[in-house]
Amino acid sequence: MLSTDDKKRLLQEMLFARRFEEACYQGAQEGKIGGFVHLYPGQEACAHGVFKAARPGRDYAITGYRDHIHAILCGADPKAVMAELFGKETGSSKGRGGSMHIFDVEHRFMGGYSLVGGPFPLATGIAKGIQLKGDDDISICFLGDASNNQGTFHESLNMASIWKLPVLYICENNLYGIGTRIDRSTSELDQYKRAAVYNIPSAQADGQDVETVYEAAKIAVDHVRSGKGPYFLELMTYRYRGHSMSDSNAYRDDKEEKEWAKRDPIKILRDRLIAAGDYTMDEYKALDKKLIAEIDDDIVKYAEESPEPDVAELEKYVLADNDPYVRINLGGGAS
Amino acid sequence: MANLMYWQAIRRAHDEEMTNDPLVIAMGEDIGVAGGTYKATQGLYEKYGPERIMDTPISENSYTGLGIGASFIGVRPIIEIMSVNFAWLALDQIFNSAAKVRYMSGGQLTAPIVVRSPGGTAHQLGAQHSARMEKVFMGIAGLRVVTPSTPKQAYGLLKSAVRCNDPVFINEHELMYNLKGEVPDEEYFHPLEGSDIVREGSDITLFGYNISVHWSLQAADILSKQHGIECEVVDLYSLSPLDRAGIKQSVSKTHRAVIVEEAEAMVGVGSEVMAIINEECFFELDAPPVRVSAVHVPIPFNHKLEQAAVPDAKDVVKAVLASLGKS
Ligand SMILES: Cc1ncc(C[n+]2csc(CCOP(=O)(O)OP(=O)(O)O)c2C)c(N)n1
Ligand SMILES: [Mg+2]
Repeated sequence: MLSTDDKKRLLQEMLFARRFEEACYQGAQEGKIGGFVHLYPGQEACAHGVFKAARPGRDYAITGYRDHIHAILCGADPKAVMAELFGKETGSSKGRGGSMHIFDVEHRFMGGYSLVGGPFPLATGIAKGIQLKGDDDISICFLGDASNNQGTFHESLNMASIWKLPVLYICENNLYGIGTRIDRSTSELDQYKRAAVYNIPSAQADGQDVETVYEAAKIAVDHVRSGKGPYFLELMTYRYRGHSMSDSNAYRDDKEEKEWAKRDPIKILRDRLIAAGDYTMDEYKALDKKLIAEIDDDIVKYAEESPEPDVAELEKYVLADNDPYVRINLGGGAS
Repeated sequence: MANLMYWQAIRRAHDEEMTNDPLVIAMGEDIGVAGGTYKATQGLYEKYGPERIMDTPISENSYTGLGIGASFIGVRPIIEIMSVNFAWLALDQIFNSAAKVRYMSGGQLTAPIVVRSPGGTAHQLGAQHSARMEKVFMGIAGLRVVTPSTPKQAYGLLKSAVRCNDPVFINEHELMYNLKGEVPDEEYFHPLEGSDIVREGSDITLFGYNISVHWSLQAADILSKQHGIECEVVDLYSLSPLDRAGIKQSVSKTHRAVIVEEAEAMVGVGSEVMAIINEECFFELDAPPVRVSAVHVPIPFNHKLEQAAVPDAKDVVKAVLASLGKS
């Protein structure tokens, strides 16, 4: 059970995530952020609830291109994430990655990847590494519903199951893969059932209620950490913006969007805290104001003012520097 | 010096590296209980167990990706893909994950994997089992490509590849696993970059790699004995990066070049070496460089057609004579 303090902290973090993403939207609108930008509003309870149940910064996490908030929840500095979106040298990937490729290996955020389904085997391999080393960490893989139509989903879940690897697959089912609704692309709508075929314990939960997510994730995390092998958790959610900045969102009807807007994860938690007498609307408004100011004055400003990478360093980071096995015995003659 | 077969040399490298570091593992189809399609891991399942000699499902892309993920946290996987023809299925993970992760993480993460796989036309395996894919791997930044022509190289390149912090693709050859050669008794690491002059000569340089080094050496023998032409043979065991300095040095000495490759000419090793010659030492040339390559067809099943599709030593001899104006 989450304490009142936990819930207040979650509310603050989710609101921060919402405002952070809105600042990204703004930056992209103004042309300051280039490339594809995929935003998280609407889905906040998923990552927040799962990380609350895990050990962010110690457990390994990996995801797709909708990655800013996952990185921050692992411990990445929001300034470095924003600077990465701006393509700056101070960015988390030194401006070489961009919005879709955030990394913070020190905090075990093993990356955002932009090939749909690509992280499935990587997460599963990290779990193999954990198993070999005998650590009690777990590997957490966050991906969308449409990713499950890639071969890597099936191949990876099969291997995780036969080798009992400590990997937790989180499916953030927002009902769409870009503009294609799930019932037009996927023969089985319940994603947790697809995992069950591989003899992986799985469950489905409401992804709009962070407390529900936390409770479901706790069961999942405990299962994986106890050495019983993989687990698959499907969270039913919705994204409030288009797939990425360039998406007009025309394929969704107003009614559906309004229904899901009623189930805003931030509102659900806020109103519950207020109803219990633990929080006031004034406190919420003050918090919101503070967060917006912090993001604008601190985070966006930092990103804007940071230097760009030096073109002279274009070829840095392609291969390891001075790897000894590249030149050993040079001139060794005929072999 | 021990006289080992190519497969034995590869097996020995696996064994030594797995003894040296408990985080070195091998993975692939039928490499464990079955002992490996080409015996590269024979007996190692019994020695190291199923956690380190992993029999994988037939899921090339994802077991390669699994190796890449494990390598992120310190594991050194040697990933066997039974045939390069099946490596097409794993290109997504090799190219999109392993080769790019260092760059797009700003140097935070690396994927020190080794992928080994045999290519080439063997005997009548037909179009879907005869690919030569080195050209595909060579074009990708962030990936090293090496290709051993001898047991010594097969041993030493694999050992270096395991320890190197970059992802390395090792292009082996289906017909070369039983090739015998001297391998040092003491531990030996072959450099991953550079090239070897395997025969000195002054009249013309033959650039080969993997099996085409052998065709080049056979041709050089014939040309010396029957025509008095002395070929220099350069083994380009590193296909990415190519040894620009070595290529320049040899061409500047012989002033003529023939590039011998088992693959089709289009977008291949030959075109790349020619471009390097152009860029590095064009004015050293006495004749235009020539490529000896496969015909641009899917490899046919019929034995005669198959032989006609792929070059051999005789084609190299012809090309050399033509280059020297002696045909
Ligand atoms: C291999 C591959 N194919 C197609 C795309 C283009 N693409 C990007 S996101 C996406 C939809 C993925 O949807 P889902 O997995 O449900 O994640 P969501 O965006 O809803 O979070 C597609 C088709 C891609 N990036 N990679
Ligand atoms: Mg989706």
